[in-house]
Amino acid sequence: MSHKAHIPIGPYHPLQEEPEFYKLVVEGEKVVDVDVRIGYNHRGIEKISESKSYDQSIFIVERICGICSSSHPIACAQAVEDISGIEVPERALYIRSICQELERIHSHLLWLGLAAHFIGYNTVFMWAWKYREPICDIFETVTGNRQNYAMHKVGGVRRDIEKEHIPYILNRLNDFTKQLNMLKGAVLDDPVLHERLKGVGILTKEDAIDYAALGPTARASGVDIDARRDHPYAVYDRVKWNVVTRGEGDVFAKTVVRILEMFESVSIIRQCLDKMPEGPIDSKPKDIPPGEGIGQIEAPRGECFHYIKSDGTNSPVRHKIRAPTYMNFPTFRETVIGETVSDATIILAAIDPCYCCTERMLIVGPDNKTAMDMNDLVRLSQEKTQRIKDRYNNRILGA
Amino acid sequence: MGLKEKIFAKSLYVFHVSSGSCNNCDIEFIDCLTPRYDVERLGITLVGSIKHADVMLCTGSANRLTIPRIKILYEQMPKPGYVVVWGACGSSRGMFKDSYNTGQPLDEILPVDVYIPGCPPRPEAVIDGFVKLKEKIRSKGKAK
Amino acid sequence: MNIDTILGDLTGRFGSKILNVNRRSSKRAYIDIYPKDIEEIVRYVFKERGFRFDTASAVDDFDALEILYHFSYDASGITISFRALLKDKQDPHIDTITGITRSAWWIEREMHELFGIEFNGNNDLRPLLLPDDWPKGVYPLRKDFIPPKRDSRKA
Repeated sequence: MSHKAHIPIGPYHPLQEEPEFYKLVVEGEKVVDVDVRIGYNHRGIEKISESKSYDQSIFIVERICGICSSSHPIACAQAVEDISGIEVPERALYIRSICQELERIHSHLLWLGLAAHFIGYNTVFMWAWKYREPICDIFETVTGNRQNYAMHKVGGVRRDIEKEHIPYILNRLNDFTKQLNMLKGAVLDDPVLHERLKGVGILTKEDAIDYAALGPTARASGVDIDARRDHPYAVYDRVKWNVVTRGEGDVFAKTVVRILEMFESVSIIRQCLDKMPEGPIDSKPKDIPPGEGIGQIEAPRGECFHYIKSDGTNSPVRHKIRAPTYMNFPTFRETVIGETVSDATIILAAIDPCYCCTERMLIVGPDNKTAMDMNDLVRLSQEKTQRIKDRYNNRILGA
Repeated sequence: MGLKEKIFAKSLYVFHVSSGSCNNCDIEFIDCLTPRYDVERLGITLVGSIKHADVMLCTGSANRLTIPRIKILYEQMPKPGYVVVWGACGSSRGMFKDSYNTGQPLDEILPVDVYIPGCPPRPEAVIDGFVKLKEKIRSKGKAK
Repeated sequence: MNIDTILGDLTGRFGSKILNVNRRSSKRAYIDIYPKDIEEIVRYVFKERGFRFDTASAVDDFDALEILYHFSYDASGITISFRALLKDKQDPHIDTITGITRSAWWIEREMHELFGIEFNGNNDLRPLLLPDDWPKGVYPLRKDFIPPKRDSRKA
C-alpha cells in the first residue's frame, strides 16, 4: 500500500505575504488531495461597513487588498451610483480608467516577480519589482501615495491629473514599454521556462466555467470573459483594446495572458490621456435613495463584485463584497491534484491568489507530522528548474 | 557600547509575520529588498524560519485565528530578539478595532520595540524605523 | 439577448413560480422567487442558458432572511438577481445549488456560518472564515449581533 504523507504549506513564509495554510496529501511524488483553510485575514469588513457612511466605506474597502486598492473603491462607488443613477462626469471616468490600468500593470509585474522567485529565476524577480517602481512613482505624482491611493469617491474622483504631469507619465510609459519588451523576451522566449511551465496545472475550459473562474485564470483556459468589455464601465467602450485569451489553461498560458495584458494596459492609458476632456471631476451627490445596486469591475485578478442595499440613510444596510480570488481559489484543488509536489507552489502562484481579497486564507497546520514546509517546497520547485536548465545546457553543448 | 550589541546591530535577520493584514505593508517590505531601496546593504535580510531570526516584523490587525500562532512564534524566536510592528493596523488595529474578528492589539501580546506607523509606511519610513531599532540595540549595550 | 427577452423567457418558462420582476434598468433586474424553486431555476439559468454565477448574498431584513443569487449574462452585460425570502429566522433552510455548480461551495459555507442558514443537501458546511472556537449559534452578520465598541487601546 502506498504511503500517504501530509505536507502543510504555511502559514508563514517570507514571500507569502499573508498567512495561509494548505494541507497537501501526497503519495510518493504526486499530490492526491488538498485542503485549504482560510480565515486568517477575515477582518469583518462587511459588518464594519454597515456602521459607516458611504464615504467612509470607500476608505475601508480600499484596504481589503493592497494590490487592488483602486478596484474595490471603484466597484463600491459604482454600486452606490447604480442605486441612485448618479451621472459621473466624463473626466472622472477617464481618470478612473487610468488608475485601473496602472494598477493592472503594477499588479501583474508584482505577480511576475513572485512567480519567478518560486521557480528560481531571482533575477527576473528583482527586475520585475525594480520596473514596478516607476509605476509607483506615477501613482505618487497623480494621487499622492504609492499604494492606497484614496482617489475614488461616489460620484467621481477626488483629485485631478494636472496638465504638467501628463508628459511625465507618457515618458515613464515609454521607458516602461522598452523594459516590458525585455522582460517579455526573457520570460516567453526562454526554452527552459517552456519546458518547466507548459502542461503544468492545466485548468480545462469546462472546469473554469463550472467553478466560475475569473480574470486571467479563466482567460488562459479559453473562457472569453472580461468585465471591461462585457459590463462596460468608465471609458472602456470608448478606447480600442483587445481581450487576451489562450486555450491551453496551463501555467505558461496564464503567464502569457498577464504579460500581454500589460501591453494592452499601456495602450489604454495612452489613449485615455489623449482623449481626456476638460471638465469637473465630481458630481457631488447629496442623498442616496433606498434601493439596491451592483458594481462589477475587472480587477487585475478578475471581476470584482459589490452589492449594496440602501434604506435611504447614510449607511448601507448590507454591503456584500466578492473578490475575484474567492472564485479562482477553489480551482487550485482541481489543478494541483495529480501534479508533483515540486509544482505545487507554481500552480498556486499561477492563480495569483490575493489572500486578503478573499478575506480569509489560511492554511492551517495542525499537529500532523511535518514532512516538509514551505521553504522545502519552494526549494524543490527551484531544483526542478535547475534540472531542466542542466538538461537543456547539455543538449546545446552537444552531449 | 558592548561588543555583542555592536555586532548584533550591524546585521539583523528579519522574520516577517502577517497577523491578518491587507497585504500592502507586506508588499512594501518586500519592496525594500528590491534594487531601488535595497536594505540588504544596511545588513537587513529576510529569513525563512523564526529560529534564525533576530527581529520579528509583524503586520496586520491581530485576527483571532492568528493570535495563538503569533505567541508561539515569539516564543520560538531565540533571545535576544526584537519586535517591530508595522503599519497602522499593527500599531493599534487601525480602522478594524471595532470588528468582531480582531482581538487585542499586537502590543498587548508582544513586547514591541519599534512602531512604524503609516498605511502603508513608505520604504523610507521603514529604513528610518530600522535605524531607530539599531540605536535602541546599541543604547541597551551602553546602559549595561 | 437583451434584458426584456431574458425576462420574457424566464416568466414564460416558470410562470407562477416568479412572484415579482423588478426591472431596474436595461442591465439590472431583481426577480422574487419561492425558496423551494431555487434549484430548478438555477439549473435552467446556469446549465441551459449559460449564465455565470457571480455570488450569493444573504441579507438580514429584521423579520426574515433573504438570499440573493446573482447571475451574469456576459454576452449582453446583464446581471439578474434572484431573491428568495426565508421567513423562518429561527431555522432558515434552502436547497443547495452545489450539485449544479461547484462555484457555490464556498459561498454556502460562508452564509451558513455568518447567518446560520442551512443548505439542504450540502454535507460540507464546515466553518470557512471564523475561528474554530467561535460560539455556536452566534451569527455575526445578523442584525441582532452588535460587536462591542472598544477603546482603541483595550481589547
